[in-house]
Amino acid sequence: MITLSHYIVLGAILFCISVAGLFINRKNVIVLLMAIELMLLAVNINFVAFSRFGHDVAGQVFVFFILTVAAAESAIGLAILVLLFRNRNTVNVAEIDSMKG
Amino acid sequence: MIDPQMFQLVCFYAFAAVTVLAALSVITLRNSVHAVLALVLTFFSTACIWMLAEAEFLAIALIVVYVGAVMVLFLFVVMMLDIDQEKLREGFVKYLPVGLIVAIAMLVEMLGLIGVRIMHAQTMGDNPATAAGLSNTAWLGMALYSQYLLPFEVAALILTVGVIAAVALTLRQRKGVRHQQASEQVAVKASDRVRIIKMAAERSADSEPTPAQESKP
Repeated sequence: MITLSHYIVLGAILFCISVAGLFINRKNVIVLLMAIELMLLAVNINFVAFSRFGHDVAGQVFVFFILTVAAAESAIGLAILVLLFRNRNTVNVAEIDSMKG
Repeated sequence: MIDPQMFQLVCFYAFAAVTVLAALSVITLRNSVHAVLALVLTFFSTACIWMLAEAEFLAIALIVVYVGAVMVLFLFVVMMLDIDQEKLREGFVKYLPVGLIVAIAMLVEMLGLIGVRIMHAQTMGDNPATAAGLSNTAWLGMALYSQYLLPFEVAALILTVGVIAAVALTLRQRKGVRHQQASEQVAVKASDRVRIIKMAAERSADSEPTPAQESKP
């Protein structure tokens, strides 16, 4: 029998994998964007599970909105990536240091 | 005869294993194109897991919107850019221990916070949509178009802003290229193209220009 903890543990594992991905791929912007997508997916799994087990529609509505915002975010992120590659000819985060932050 | 709940559990473990393995390969694969394809597999198996939780609409939306549109956009960009893969992998081994330590520490903390044993008591129970006499899509739609109408409209606005921003960021005017200006073509008037001059209908014979004079200018 599937219980709530199955879903939440799966969400936690996915979230930690994507955090590890942010750390070990800190040069490649594309993989960083993909790790962010994975994080949002992990959160969405939790929302769906809570919605189903708590008998509340709000969780699934929120997943809908997260999907919308994530789609807009990745579209703009990829546009910035293309612009960056056109101007600097690299997607390496270490070389994007003109702001000296 | 297999117990249906046991079968569901076996399916859950199978899909969860595929999800986790695909997510691991997303962050470790050398080639970015392969990583995007692994991400597609992750989304797909997650959609299967959502199906098991009877969230059918969101599972289909994840496949159609995410795998169909956003991931294809990712693939498009990754294949379009000519990226030096080897140079980007330089820090991989250096940061691997840090990443692993942070991820495992976070996982242990989260699992401790969740308290696996207590939540094992929480079973799925009746499907709330079926209990209300609706399908999952209708159940979601009822809430979305009544209680959450304003956020829904705002979401549409966010998508519009996203489209405009993405186009405005990547639009560029190249120099030295001849463009057709449709607006100017439409707005043109006859007086811009043809000039009508008043002049005498006949000329006297002595004022007729000679061929030599005519060819001068």
